[in-house]
Amino acid sequence: MATERQSANVVTLRNLSKIYGNNTVAVDSLSLELRKGEVFGILGPNGAGKTTTIRMMLGLTEPTSGSIDILGMDPLRTPLEVKRNVAYMPDDMGFYEDMSGYENLDYTARFLGLGYDERRSRILAAVSRMRLEHRLSDRVRTYSHGMKRRLALAEVLVKRPAIAILDEPTQGLDPHSTAEFLTLIRSLKKEEGMSVILASHHLDEVQSICDRVGLFHAGRMDLSGTVDELATRLFGGKMEVVVEVGETGNRDVAKILGTIGGVSHILQEKEGVYRVTVDSDIRPGIASALVDSDVALYSMDVHRHTLDAVYQAYYKEVHDAA
Amino acid sequence: MRRNDFALRGLRVVTVKELQDFTGSARMVILTALILITAASSLYTATNTMKTVVSEDEFLLLSLFTLSRNPVPSLLSFLSFLVPLTGIAMGFDVVNSEFQNRTLKRVLSQPIHRDVLLFGKAVGALGAMTVVLLALWMLVIGSAMLVLGLPPSTEQVARALAFYGVTLAFGMFWFLVAMFFSVVFRQQATSALVSLGLWLLLTVFWSMIAQVVATAVGGVGSFQAARLEVLLSRISPNTLFAESALALLSPSTRTLGVVMFTQLEGALMGSPLPFGQSLLLIWPQLSALVALLVLLFTASYVVFQRQEL
Ligand SMILES: Nc1ncnc2c1ncn2[C@@H]1O[C@H](COP(=O)(O)OP(=O)(O)OP(=O)(O)O)[C@@H](O)[C@H]1O
Ligand SMILES: [Mg+2]
Repeated sequence: MATERQSANVVTLRNLSKIYGNNTVAVDSLSLELRKGEVFGILGPNGAGKTTTIRMMLGLTEPTSGSIDILGMDPLRTPLEVKRNVAYMPDDMGFYEDMSGYENLDYTARFLGLGYDERRSRILAAVSRMRLEHRLSDRVRTYSHGMKRRLALAEVLVKRPAIAILDEPTQGLDPHSTAEFLTLIRSLKKEEGMSVILASHHLDEVQSICDRVGLFHAGRMDLSGTVDELATRLFGGKMEVVVEVGETGNRDVAKILGTIGGVSHILQEKEGVYRVTVDSDIRPGIASALVDSDVALYSMDVHRHTLDAVYQAYYKEVHDAA
Repeated sequence: MRRNDFALRGLRVVTVKELQDFTGSARMVILTALILITAASSLYTATNTMKTVVSEDEFLLLSLFTLSRNPVPSLLSFLSFLVPLTGIAMGFDVVNSEFQNRTLKRVLSQPIHRDVLLFGKAVGALGAMTVVLLALWMLVIGSAMLVLGLPPSTEQVARALAFYGVTLAFGMFWFLVAMFFSVVFRQQATSALVSLGLWLLLTVFWSMIAQVVATAVGGVGSFQAARLEVLLSRISPNTLFAESALALLSPSTRTLGVVMFTQLEGALMGSPLPFGQSLLLIWPQLSALVALLVLLFTASYVVFQRQEL
């Protein structure tokens, strides 16, 4: 069982720590697992250690202690083999400004040991996916910020990696490009089984593409899982049901709702709309109670906790504890 | 840290790119033009002088490097000045510009070792310098043939080629100095200034410093002082270059540094040494120069390897 689980992981970090030369503890005994074909979002405030963790995975900075396993390899022992299979998009990346977009991509593609034709076809395919083909022979100097980010994403595609590690990939992208990027990640995951680690501050994007998320705080990742799991942990499994009813007459809807087992809190949002906090999904019970009391039930929605709510609640908790 | 991958992977990719960058940069074009123009002017003067003064010179090709007539200095003086500048101009931003443009992280996340990137840059610079100096040497040999009317002797060509190698090593020394500072300092202005400062120190002030220190330690006019001065002055690559140039280009040079009369006994003044003997004479200088190159590269390597990206 244990070995089976292990082999399904493409990345395993164990008790990873990094203390920079100036004694900054950037990462503190962090453990993380990425499964094959999974999109994992890493979140957290500035300076929480996200970028440092990512750099250690690529062997770009040496861990102070702990172990890293990437596709069964150790980036400190076989850095080239790891870097051949892992694509990295740095948070602040730059290109050779006097070279064209094509030349820039071709330069990094050469390190992969590909022949001219293979490089060319990969670059053209990647670039057309990022809608940059019309600017390909222009100098990067003339690109806008977002175009450079798209070029960097094209570089990731050229590598055709098993794992993509993206540090704030959508910063500076316009809404249209962002949406395209999210679609791209979904399709790469689905078609090529690519695993993705994504650091971001855009919670809605993360929620929309990530299978699991990890919340970083002061170099540690004490909370990780699906958004629903995290919500359960933070809000104790409670959820909210928004109930909309018709003409109530002299009936007290709040009182009726209050008699239902499992309801812990009721808030009237406006005339005929109630926000009910419940321990579990008891919508059928709510429906029958209202119908029995001759209340016209218009609609009932389960309100899932957003990643934003989870994030706010978690860091408030952390903050209050400190 | 053990490496299971092929260590020099990607070297050719880096070297080719750096070579293109060096040879294509405006900076290099200007410097090459400067070198060729000054070389042409001092060659012109030298050939004219030669026609009027020396009619029968055994080492005509070599004297093209050393002959001068007011106000135009010899080609050798020009080279000892311009070659270091070329090296510094090529090297002062070779690493820190990649830091500043944030290209380093992207490149180093490709399958290549850090030190190979550094090595590739040095090899690229060596290639570019080889080409520039080769053009210059062709110019010199061409002029010699023009004046002589026939190709120079093998002995002379061998000496000229050896001098070519020494000049190349001298240029690489300054490139590696500048590269080292470009690894150490993130600001290009800082690495340029420090490199130029060191160059100024070693070129202009070092001989004075060596003299002052030597007399202070050994006493005025003593043999000890003279030896110490030679030793100190040889710390400077400029001295190593000048001494090597002297032995190679003036075959009658029999000794470098402190001359003892016992060494000159039995030696006919003015009779030239064979090429092999001249090489033997400057062997310590050549070894020191090569050792400095290795030392400088290693220093850059050590610092670069430890840097956080
Ligand atoms: N090269 C460095 N030298 C010293 N300290 C560093 C270095 N890089 C990062 N740090 C420190 O390490 C800690 C973690 O930084 P890191 O860049 O990993 O954070 P992050 O989570 O990526 O933040 P952000 O959201 O701002 O990108 C911070 O305290 C930072 O100051
Ligand atoms: Mg970061």
